[in-house]
Amino acid sequence: MAKSNKKYAFFLGCIAPLRYPGIEKSTRVVFEALGVELVEFEDASCCPAPGVIRAFNKKTWLAAAARNLAIAEKMGLEILTICNGCYGSLYDAAHELNNDKKLLAEVNEILAEIGMEYKGTTNVKHFAEVLYKEVGIEAIKAKITKPLDYKIATFYGCHFLKPSKIKDLDDPENPHMLDDLVEATGAKSVPRKQKTMCCGAGGGVRAGFPETATKFTLTNLENMKVSGAEFIVDVCPFCHLQFDAGQKGTGYAIPVLHLSQLYGLAMGMDAKALGVANHVTPVKL
Amino acid sequence: MASPNTEFMDEIAAYGGGEVKMCFQCGTCTASCPSGKLTSYRTRKLMRQAQLGLKEEAIGGEDLWQCTTCYACQERCPRGVPVVDIVIALRNIAVAEGHMFEAHKKTADALSKYGHAVSINDKVKKDRKDLGLPEIPPTVLANPKAKQDLDKILTITGFDKITG
Repeated sequence: MAKSNKKYAFFLGCIAPLRYPGIEKSTRVVFEALGVELVEFEDASCCPAPGVIRAFNKKTWLAAAARNLAIAEKMGLEILTICNGCYGSLYDAAHELNNDKKLLAEVNEILAEIGMEYKGTTNVKHFAEVLYKEVGIEAIKAKITKPLDYKIATFYGCHFLKPSKIKDLDDPENPHMLDDLVEATGAKSVPRKQKTMCCGAGGGVRAGFPETATKFTLTNLENMKVSGAEFIVDVCPFCHLQFDAGQKGTGYAIPVLHLSQLYGLAMGMDAKALGVANHVTPVKL
Repeated sequence: MASPNTEFMDEIAAYGGGEVKMCFQCGTCTASCPSGKLTSYRTRKLMRQAQLGLKEEAIGGEDLWQCTTCYACQERCPRGVPVVDIVIALRNIAVAEGHMFEAHKKTADALSKYGHAVSINDKVKKDRKDLGLPEIPPTVLANPKAKQDLDKILTITGFDKITG
C-alpha cells in the first residue's frame, strides 16, 4: 500500500490533453498504481497561462483562474497540476486571492455574474511535489518492477520552484527533488552546466519569437549532450513540447519523457499505452 | 533638462509593479537573464526606463516580449524587487495601449475560441481515443455552459477588446 490515501482534483491544463495526451494518460495510470485518487476536474479552462494571458490582461487572468479555483473548492479538494505553467498560474492566483480579502471581493463581483463564488480556500500542488512529499520515494521504489539504467538530464523548468519566496519547495538554484524522483527508478541523473536555465518557451517567447526560444533550447541541448544524458525528463508539458517538437531540425535527438511517462516505464507499463510513440523526437527504449 | 515622469511609475503600480521604485540598478538581473545573453533585452535598462517614465521606450518595442518569465532575475535581486511582476505590469500597459504582436493575438484568440491556449484538432482526438481517453477532455471543451461562463468573464474583464 502506498503511504498516501489522498485525493486531488486533476487539473489537465492545455498542452497535456491537447498536444501530449500520453502525459495525461501516464499520470492517470501511475497515480492509480501509487494509490492516489485523481478526481475528474470538470468544466475547467486554461489556467490561464501565466506568461501570456496574465501579461495581456491581469484582471482576466485572475478572474478566470479564480473560476478554476472555485470549481475545486466546491469539490472540496486540493488541485493537482501536471504542468509548471498551470502550477504557476493557479498557485500564484490562489496565493494572491487567499491572502487579500479586498482583491478576493473584487474577483467575486465578477464571479457573481456567472453564479459562482470563491471563498479563498483552495490549495494548489504540483504533481512532482505530491510524489516527493505525499507519496514518498520509498513508496515509489516499492512499485518499480522494471528498474531503469538510463542516464538522465533532469529538467525542472521555471514555474515549478520559482518564485521560491512563495513556493519554498526546493533550492531554486541547486534543486534535488526531481533528481531524487528520477533516481528512484534506478536511473542516474547526470550533472550538467546551467541546469536551471529556462527551456525558452515561456512568456510568449515560443509564440512571438520562436528563434529566441530555439536559442535557449540549443544551449540546453548542448549542455545535455556534453553531460552524456540519454533522455530528458521534465515535469511540464510546455518544456516537454519545447524540447520534443523544438528539437526537430536542430541535429540533436535526445528523447524527452515527462516524469509520469518515466514512472510508467519503470512500473513495467506498455510504452505505447504511455503515449511515447506520439513524440516528435523518437523515443527508443 | 528633462525631468523624470513619475506618473508612469504610478501606472505600473496600478498593475501590481509598484516595487520598481526599489531597484538601485546593480545589474544582477541582467547578469542572470538567459534572454539577455541571446537578445537585446536588458532587464536593468527596462527597470530604469520604468523609473524615469520613459514609457514608449519601455513598452513600444520587442525587448519587453523577449522575457520568458523564468524568474532568474527575481530570485537573485538583492533588493527583493519582483522583476517579473513588473514585466507583467509593463506588458499589460503595452497591450492596453495597442502594442501587441500578431502571434500573441493568436494565443489570446485561442483562449476566446476554445477556452484553452491551444486548439483541439482531429489528430489529437484520435491520439486520445487510441490511448483510451475521451476524444474531448472533460473541460470547457466538453460543456458549452461552462464555456459560456468563461466567455462572460472574458467580456467583463475587457479581454474581448484584444481578440477577434
